[in-house]
Amino acid sequence: MSRAGAQTFVYDRPPVIAAHASLAGPKEGEGPLAAWFDELLEDDLLGQKSWELAEMEMVRRCVQRALDGAELAAEDVHALLGGDLNNQIIATSFAARSLGIPFLGLYGACATFVEALVLASALISAGDLGNAVCSASSHFCTAERQFRFPLELGTQRPPQASWTATACGSAVLLPHGAPGRLRVAAGTVGRVVDLNITDTNHMGAAMAPAVFDCIAAHLADLRRTAEDYDLIATGDLGWIGRNLLLALADRAGVGLPPEKLVDCGASLYSQEQDPHAGGSGCGCVASVSCGWLMKRLERGEFRRLLLVGSGAMLSPTSSQQGQSVPGIAYAACIEGGND
Amino acid sequence: MNRQPFSPGEYRALVARMTPKSRFLRGYLRAFWVGGAICCLGQALTLWAETLHLGEVTAPMFTTGVLILLGTTLTGIGVYDRIGKYAGAGSAIPVTGFANSVAAPAIEFRREGPVTGVGARLFTLAGPVLAYGIATSVLVGLVYWLGKGGAA
Repeated sequence: MSRAGAQTFVYDRPPVIAAHASLAGPKEGEGPLAAWFDELLEDDLLGQKSWELAEMEMVRRCVQRALDGAELAAEDVHALLGGDLNNQIIATSFAARSLGIPFLGLYGACATFVEALVLASALISAGDLGNAVCSASSHFCTAERQFRFPLELGTQRPPQASWTATACGSAVLLPHGAPGRLRVAAGTVGRVVDLNITDTNHMGAAMAPAVFDCIAAHLADLRRTAEDYDLIATGDLGWIGRNLLLALADRAGVGLPPEKLVDCGASLYSQEQDPHAGGSGCGCVASVSCGWLMKRLERGEFRRLLLVGSGAMLSPTSSQQGQSVPGIAYAACIEGGND
Repeated sequence: MNRQPFSPGEYRALVARMTPKSRFLRGYLRAFWVGGAICCLGQALTLWAETLHLGEVTAPMFTTGVLILLGTTLTGIGVYDRIGKYAGAGSAIPVTGFANSVAAPAIEFRREGPVTGVGARLFTLAGPVLAYGIATSVLVGLVYWLGKGGAA
């Protein structure tokens, strides 16, 4: 593996995404991307006693589905890399308990899935891991009770608030040369960027500068432009955050053609579903990339995707103490087609 | 390449410009009619209680009790959050909203048990209202007492 610039891994032996699985909740199942998910949940409690156990079961099911797709037994997996939004990432760690896979728990807020892809690809490319499964999940009901209000409280959301997706995405990575049409060619580790946004509802605004910083670093490190990509997909900036990202790129003189830029959060729901600014949560970019984007890459609709996960690194404690909301982003260059 | 093209101040101004505003006038009208309707219901209950000869001390307590029962029931059957989404402060400020703010955490945290869940979280939202409400009433009482000449 070699390094490019200050922040980017170039995987000399690009790992293969051998299989991927996505799972989404009832509201997501009524959205425009419903047909692309592998499993739609009819009951967001999944017959469990609590929302947290439901999310854990979502992760377990989604990882298992991805492993089945790669025809890999859980005991043969070298590592599960992933996380979720719950305190101490309990959904993913409890799922790892059931699966019995060596576990590397990660927290990159809503960017966790791409963080896992970047890291797992580095470890596999270097030969330190023979395979890995990357996963991230979120559940509307676990996130609401932890970050906002009880579900039954009669409150209003401002237009800039996002809707935490009930969704999970998992991908199995194998070493270079394994069968599979998708490869992770490069990964960029973003910086934590904070432009002093204190409105905790406005996560798109808090994350857009970090996403721009990461995309700019990725392009500079690899001496590329947006023209080298067929599609740039951001995680969960939402409709407002996507416009802010375009404004940032425009001001900095970085060419970012709007027709090449999609946002997973802005694509997951229709405006009629009243998600306000769009979808968010670790499961948003994970499920949308493992469902919609990777399937389209495999079909050959486009060849090179820059997947940029975005995260807001706040906690209820930091926001109650009046701190601003720092953003983070990770970028993975995923290629389809032949070498 | 300039990776931070805006200063925090410039960025805040940009964010403010690009963020859609809440529809305040619509919000005020909805809050007015729903809040007003809840108050009219309360007044009707008080008048009815008076025809039952409950007395001027008991009648308002009867009204409050009925409205709290209504607020918690509507919370329990999953209706009050929808009213709240529509009416905002119109359904949050009356006592039915106070009931909602106690019942909602009670439902939400029942899985953490009766003590560490419901007991500990019951007043997470209503607590500040109670604390400052009681503190204010003590303060006003003190001023009233002093205005009346205090202990003399």
